[in-house]
Amino acid sequence: MSGLTTVINQLRRPRTRRKKKTDQPSMEVASQWQLMWWKFKKHKLAVISAVVLILMYLIALFSEFVSPNLSATRFTAYKNAPPQKIHFVDAESGFQLRPFVYGMKEKIDEETFLRTFSEDKTKKYPIQFFAKGEPYKLWGVIPSSIHLFGVNNPDGALFLMGTDQLGHDLFSRIIYGGRISLSFGLVGIVLTLFIGLLLGGVSGYLGGVSDTIIQRIIDFLICIPTIPLWMALSAAVPREWSATQMYFGLIIIFSIIGWTGLARVVRGKILSLREEDFTMAARLAGAGDLRIIRKHLLPSFASYIIVNVTLSIPATILGETSLSFLGIGLQAPAVSWGVLLQDAQNLETLAHHPWLLWPAAFIMLTVLMFNFLGDGLRDAADPYK
Amino acid sequence: MLNYISYRLLQLIPLLVAISIIVFVIIQLPPGDFLTNYIQQLKLSGNDVSESAILNLKQEYGLDKSMIVQYVYWIKDMVLHGNMGRSFQFNMPVADVIWPRLGLTVAISLISLVFVWLVAIPIGIYSATHQYSILDYVFTFIGFIGVAVPGFLIALVLVYFIFIETGVSITGLFSPEYVDAPWTLAKVLDMLPRMILPVIVIGMASAASLIRITRGMLLDELSKQYVITARAKGVSEGRLLFKYPVRMAINPLISTIGWTLPALISGEVIVSIVLNLQTTGPMLLKALMTQDMYLCGSFILVTSVITVLGTLLSDILLAAIDPRIRFGGVGE
Repeated sequence: MSGLTTVINQLRRPRTRRKKKTDQPSMEVASQWQLMWWKFKKHKLAVISAVVLILMYLIALFSEFVSPNLSATRFTAYKNAPPQKIHFVDAESGFQLRPFVYGMKEKIDEETFLRTFSEDKTKKYPIQFFAKGEPYKLWGVIPSSIHLFGVNNPDGALFLMGTDQLGHDLFSRIIYGGRISLSFGLVGIVLTLFIGLLLGGVSGYLGGVSDTIIQRIIDFLICIPTIPLWMALSAAVPREWSATQMYFGLIIIFSIIGWTGLARVVRGKILSLREEDFTMAARLAGAGDLRIIRKHLLPSFASYIIVNVTLSIPATILGETSLSFLGIGLQAPAVSWGVLLQDAQNLETLAHHPWLLWPAAFIMLTVLMFNFLGDGLRDAADPYK
Repeated sequence: MLNYISYRLLQLIPLLVAISIIVFVIIQLPPGDFLTNYIQQLKLSGNDVSESAILNLKQEYGLDKSMIVQYVYWIKDMVLHGNMGRSFQFNMPVADVIWPRLGLTVAISLISLVFVWLVAIPIGIYSATHQYSILDYVFTFIGFIGVAVPGFLIALVLVYFIFIETGVSITGLFSPEYVDAPWTLAKVLDMLPRMILPVIVIGMASAASLIRITRGMLLDELSKQYVITARAKGVSEGRLLFKYPVRMAINPLISTIGWTLPALISGEVIVSIVLNLQTTGPMLLKALMTQDMYLCGSFILVTSVITVLGTLLSDILLAAIDPRIRFGGVGE
């Protein structure tokens, strides 16, 4: 009996092994992108960053739904209110699993006229999922009044990160601001990518005079300090432009200065790939320039472009943030993280209302995540190393 | 060597012309010219401005001529007389506004540069020789934050925490009693401790990226065959490290001056606004807010020229240190 099973097992083994192979191609036959994916997965920090970033972009996409309050709503009774503490334990009813917040009482110091808030323990507002709140239109189209979480009570209010001097809920505004700040990085990179690919490609592939001219332009752009140049250009934008116009105006400003890094990478890669045997083979086989670029060159350096793009997105986000922070980027009715940080410029306000620094935490998180992701992608871009 | 330097100097000329054209365009960008603003200001302050006075002013500044002629006027005035136009916000020549502040900006940027080197080289060497040690990870992490988070945010957070911990507001470059005082030893001594924070904040990003570059370069060098040969022959580890690998690894320090300097000046502008330093940053911002375009145009021009000169200097230094560049093709 046992002899029979071993024979059967021996007969079966090759088949199971083959089956495994089709599930997961081995190193020898895997495509380049497959190898990159495996290498990328090993970089735990980069994978976590990717998940966090996807989450942040989803929140930005559904910001009306995720934020407990609307960005423009002013709670005039709660100006400069500190963040509410989330409680689980009540003096009367003891511990409960559902978190809740207390109402807030305002007190004005008679000598300094400083307004302070304290918890009003008689009012208790439990935090609920899918709470009914102010009505809004998702993406300006779908009407709804359900928010992801909230206090479900028109008398209560939920300020997870406090309010600003006009009584806006800072947490909701940060979520709304994420929509502008985060999308700015993605939209901004599209134009930069276009210019960088085009000029870098022309420079590397054609060479000669066009190469010299483009290289000189790059040298020239690099030696002008970027922030003063950004500042000057954005200050020259007409004041009466709407927020949307300003948004795209800023993107154009960043792109016409920021394409140089990408163009350098593209040019360098094309220069070295142009001399490779496979390019020569393609040319001998009668392939046209465009086909060679598209079929042979582009796939070989696409991974490097992705890395470069990942690392330039945070730079663009920071650019918008710094300009808006200084007051020469996006302006007040528009909400971006930089605009929100304008309130935190002054040490005196900061000392009294430190929660106004919260947008900075979100900016730092985003930028760090993009950097970790870029680092992981850079390692993965060259899977043969 | 002389050949190389003169070649580089020749290359500089079109670059400088291009920069000046861009700056001129920036000055012209906002609607209305500065004269309209100037006249408006005069009228606001109660002065009566006659038509002939306006014409005179127009002629004086060449505003009735074409753009190209205006550009030539502007350049000629600057090169021959050092006259960069007039700041109507401060109501004095731009040069008088810029130079004192620029001195401070350049001083802070240069000190930051030295700080960057002093910090980055030893840490980079340590990280490379103690790869994957705890300190290496710590430095890598700090480096990541330094590269990722812009100086002005770090400054904002630091200022807040220092204020909360000690109650001292460390903004400004001088104590109140020294702000308008002439330069004395006491003023310098007063300034030095206040410079520590800006220098660290401004230099942090560059230091972080330089640590990474030095570490990477040194790791590359240390795995090369000549190092193994030297070690096999019994050269001591210290000598082994400093004789060639370190020399090779700090090459990028010099070649990146060209990029480090504009990055430092760029960073200084915005950090100094947060920290309220009396340098060019707040001045530039105010000039931009009031569209005082001659002032900000001149500022961009001057900083760009400083950068170009810095790059030139770094290239010459590099050629002096690295014989491969000196004797390699001048054309490249």
